[in-house]
Amino acid sequence: MMDASPLTSTILFHIGPIPISRAVMTTWGLMLALPLGSWLLTRQLGRDSGRLQAVLETVVVGILEQISEVAGKSARSMLPLLATLFLFIATANSTGILPGMEAPTARIETAAALAAVVFVSVHFYGIRARGLLGYLAGFAKPKLIMLPLNLLSEITRTLSLMVRLFGNVMSGEFMIALVLALAGLFVPIPLMALELLLGLVQAYIFAILAGVFIGAAINAQQQT
Amino acid sequence: MDHEFISIFAAAFVVSFGALGPALAEGRAVAAAMDAIARQPEAAGTISRTLFVGLAMIETTAIYCLVIALLLLFANPYTG
Repeated sequence: MMDASPLTSTILFHIGPIPISRAVMTTWGLMLALPLGSWLLTRQLGRDSGRLQAVLETVVVGILEQISEVAGKSARSMLPLLATLFLFIATANSTGILPGMEAPTARIETAAALAAVVFVSVHFYGIRARGLLGYLAGFAKPKLIMLPLNLLSEITRTLSLMVRLFGNVMSGEFMIALVLALAGLFVPIPLMALELLLGLVQAYIFAILAGVFIGAAINAQQQT
Repeated sequence: MDHEFISIFAAAFVVSFGALGPALAEGRAVAAAMDAIARQPEAAGTISRTLFVGLAMIETTAIYCLVIALLLLFANPYTG
């Protein structure tokens, strides 16, 4: 039973002292596939959108609209970061159902790295929009006594962003593995379909929450 | 009562209560959203988007409990 632990990862091989797990290999595959795919798809952009370009435009405009609903005017500046996060997490969640691959987001390291990216970019966007002192003063609002609570919430919301993504994807994969072990080969297929949908929802939620956090860091200025 | 037994018992306890609270909360949230959509069908898009984000937030507490239970079962620091 200890072998089936969802908290440890299978090591494929070592590069020097560094163990390379299956999730890392899948991440490298995605890092290769996503830029290559975008390069191939955006090579011939024209005014008369072909079939592929129409799909791409729908995706990008759809993401932009969703971000504008939570972030208002500053949506445009967040689009590259949030759309990349969304596309990466959505594809990463879906790779779990392919044989020989493993959803990288089902490992806490990947989720932690993504949450760290959001943590850093919240401060980056906040300082860029309001200046260092203005941004730091924002932590002491509405009263100075709120300062420790505001600092604490910075940490806890990053942690919860991490555990939410990791927990949802990992529990889905764990459930499929359990049903497969208990019931047989084709029984978990409906669960896998549900997992595909949940993976998209989780990617959406991660990106939207990142947008809300960044929007809060940028927009607090407009109220003062 | 050795550590292993207590851990298994605690894991089952954590999951059962971790399922109870979020289930009640999600029921209330969906009921409120249904009510709002019935009153104002034209706002269904905004309501369901907010509902999804809210449901994910609520579900996170259940996921926390699941992670704690899995930690107790698979990575327990006390049973060695």
